[in-house]
Amino acid sequence: MIGLWSIPLLFALPLALGILTLLVAPAWRVRLSLLGLIPLIVASVAVAAGLVLDGPQVYALGDWDAPLGINLMVDGLAVGMILLTTLVASLCALYAAVYLRDLPASSSFFWPLLWFLWAGMNGIWLAEDIFNLYVGLEVMGLAAVGMVALRATPPALAAAMRYLLAALLGSLAYLLGVALLYANYGTLSMAGLHEVATPQVTTHVALALVILGLLLKTALFPLHAWLPPAHGGALTPVSALLSALVIKASFYILLRFWITLGPEVTPLFTAQLLGALGAGAVFYGGWMAWRQEHLKQLVAYSTVAQIGYLFLFFPLVTGTSPEAARLAWDGTLMMLIAHALAKAALFLSAGNLILAIGSPQISHMVGVSRFRPLSLFSFGLAGVSLMGLPPSGGFTAKWLLLHSAILSGQWWWLVVLLIGGLLSAAYIFKVFRVSFREGPQTDYLATPPRVLDVTAMVLALGAILIGLTAYQPLHWLRLGSPFGAG
Amino acid sequence: MDANALILLGTLATSLVSAGVIFLLAESRHTVRSIFNLAAALLKVILVGWMIWGVYNALEYEVRFTIIEGVDFILRADALGMMFVGLSSVLWLFTTVYAIGYLEGAPNRSRFFGFFSLCVASTVGIALAGNLFTFLLFYELLTLSTYPLVVHRGTRESLRAGRIYLFYTLGGGALLLLGVVALHVLVGDTEFRPGGVLDHLDPTLYPLLVGIFAIMIIGLGVKAALVPLHVWLPLAMVAPAPVSALLHAVAVVKAGAFGIARVVYDVYGIEFTFSLGLLTPLAIAASITILYASLRALMQADLKKRLAFSTVSQVSYIILGISLFGPVGTLGGLVHLLHQGLMKITLFFCAGNYAETLGIHKIHELDGAGWRMPATSVAFTLGAFGMIGVPPMAGFISKWYLGIGALEAGMNWVLAVLIISSLLNAAYFLPILYRLWFGTRERPWCEERARGRYETSMWLLLPTLATAAFALSAGLLAGMPFSPLYWAELIVTREYL
Repeated sequence: MIGLWSIPLLFALPLALGILTLLVAPAWRVRLSLLGLIPLIVASVAVAAGLVLDGPQVYALGDWDAPLGINLMVDGLAVGMILLTTLVASLCALYAAVYLRDLPASSSFFWPLLWFLWAGMNGIWLAEDIFNLYVGLEVMGLAAVGMVALRATPPALAAAMRYLLAALLGSLAYLLGVALLYANYGTLSMAGLHEVATPQVTTHVALALVILGLLLKTALFPLHAWLPPAHGGALTPVSALLSALVIKASFYILLRFWITLGPEVTPLFTAQLLGALGAGAVFYGGWMAWRQEHLKQLVAYSTVAQIGYLFLFFPLVTGTSPEAARLAWDGTLMMLIAHALAKAALFLSAGNLILAIGSPQISHMVGVSRFRPLSLFSFGLAGVSLMGLPPSGGFTAKWLLLHSAILSGQWWWLVVLLIGGLLSAAYIFKVFRVSFREGPQTDYLATPPRVLDVTAMVLALGAILIGLTAYQPLHWLRLGSPFGAG
Repeated sequence: MDANALILLGTLATSLVSAGVIFLLAESRHTVRSIFNLAAALLKVILVGWMIWGVYNALEYEVRFTIIEGVDFILRADALGMMFVGLSSVLWLFTTVYAIGYLEGAPNRSRFFGFFSLCVASTVGIALAGNLFTFLLFYELLTLSTYPLVVHRGTRESLRAGRIYLFYTLGGGALLLLGVVALHVLVGDTEFRPGGVLDHLDPTLYPLLVGIFAIMIIGLGVKAALVPLHVWLPLAMVAPAPVSALLHAVAVVKAGAFGIARVVYDVYGIEFTFSLGLLTPLAIAASITILYASLRALMQADLKKRLAFSTVSQVSYIILGISLFGPVGTLGGLVHLLHQGLMKITLFFCAGNYAETLGIHKIHELDGAGWRMPATSVAFTLGAFGMIGVPPMAGFISKWYLGIGALEAGMNWVLAVLIISSLLNAAYFLPILYRLWFGTRERPWCEERARGRYETSMWLLLPTLATAAFALSAGLLAGMPFSPLYWAELIVTREYL
């Protein structure tokens, strides 16, 4: 019961907080926001408890049924994303509260934007119809663009402008696809589409538009060009939020579309093509990450690479045996969660290292292992997960995906997974090589506040631990999905 | 959870927890760190001793929990695993003592001892792993936790060594992962069981199994330093002496050799491996490694480099023993796992003593060092005789059983390999001994640091003498209960019956 009651709070609360923080004086925005985290965390946990106790369900907002009202889908996947968002965004908010202390201009707008972003994301996770997904996408996208612009330097504004154009173009293409589907089938609900959608030209054109728009927003290679300047150039807590959560939202929508339309409608060729683009992302992103000289740019290109793994979902789940498809589902979601935790940790610890040495250059990190061991350790733990080495969430995900690829006889994805891991090792250890070097250090070595190190460490430990305790979370994520609850 | 499971977890936790505590201790708190580290190492030896007694009496030690559907994390103590755990826990204790003396006054000790404990934790995990998944988990953790130790000095040379080390080991790890997942697809969770778990499979899958075997042996061969995958090992000798001693001479290379033993005995099963015709290629690879690395050792002018190539060659005796079908060959290989560890760590300790006390790194500088540092040099001489295989040293026992095993398996050519390699061993160790005892020093010794009243610091000397004594008694008392040979016989009876 308490679970049901909490569902609307998940976006009512962030929306209310977004408006409230706009109204109060800038000095109060931080305090109000930190206070607001508490009921939101409680509501998220209550919804999760509701799922475990009562199973997945469709919740009609205000008791108005579709098509008049708005239906919310509370299944394992949605709840998993909500919990992930709550965890990562809360820690990023704690980090930001300290990090932005010296940047009052940025700080005053960060908080309202954070809450609108959060509302948009929770809207996406819970939406049951494809139009509300669009609304969530726009709210989230505009808030994200605003956050990129917070630094207010010319390169940050240019990056934000590029991001804005990409985001708008992406959601426009998505909306066009949705319109086509609605015109053809007369329904926006995913359950409805699942019933009536057939493989015909309109469906395929609509699907192509939807995919194109979402790929642009997810920054899948070769549509990734907007991502490195936006993610690498933003303020550190913003980079973490964008890389860990925001790009996952558009991927999530694509995933929902794919399983809603089902294997009869989704074309095999497109699935392989998406996988191939993912492989391109893994190789190109890894290579580019290795070539970067700026720490945060390296981390941003690492995101470009890691997104690629998620897209192996489509070829592994389309036209394969139920067992291979279940493994692909498990593996992709594990990859998504591990990447969210590890990438947030990586951005935050990179931010800490940059604060300490006062320079974003990797080559200036000489000797940092002696002076900032904790920041570097968080960076390393997060790196372990990104490389897919055990024990970590990244490793468990890779194991599941490898298993699925072998089982479905698609050996070419094995190459992507293994080479991709080695490429990530190359760019992660590039940072370590410099940090272990003994020599003349830079004359500036600050000590960032402890909270900054602790939040990064908690996220990094999360990325490691989820790999060892994946059994039950994966079981819950399967609730209400076509891959069985067993 | 019963008491036995707690003891099992305790052996892993002693080094894992101490790694965590050491990382959290401030750099300047040397005494607290040393006391804590030694206490943990001592506790581990006691727990392991307890478990060895238990395993001998056929007690079950097992911990398992499910990680993902169909994949369990399993720790289990069996006779083969206990052999490796025993070796690493005893040597961890001695090396910790040695490292405390060796690194006195050096920077970054917190990082060093933290990762050192983490390495030992990984080694123990490798030894106690009950299935391939758990093995792989700790095997990769070992790679990661060794890297900071290889690059510890932070020089250009050590960073280069670290890069090459990662290049080889991560590549090998990726291949191993592929092999493990492939086996997992075929038979589900591959728990280690004497006699193997694969022989019930359909014969049409045999070519695939051969391929998987090759991939896994290449993956494991990187750490076991099989030629041509050995390149990283001599380069990694830039690390501090305790790292070379425990990790590169014992833990890392043994992890590879131990992995090959697990794959042959407990995954494929020795009889099934034999029937697939995989033992002969393995024996050939091991023989090539033995001969090639011995030749390379002969050409080294640097003491640690020569010892490194000697390690490459000696570890392959273990693999050679594994590849000899029949109980005696197995016995020779397994017993060498312990013997080589004891002898080689002694030699590396001695090399560290010479370098730290007299500043000697090159072999030609050793002239007359025997009379300047008699105790160290006696230890070195014992270790070198053991490596050559002079009776009654431990190395002789290994070679004796390897030779008989070769004849029993009908591979007479292996005997020639053994004889030639022993000659080569003598050729590269005897000149060192000659210089130590019969050479004369013309110039005065350039003392690196004054180290107490004796020939060197007691922190450095005592572990060296202790391991030398172990290596000597492993040979002299081979017939006693709980000697390495006795324990290897126990494993062999459990594998072949």
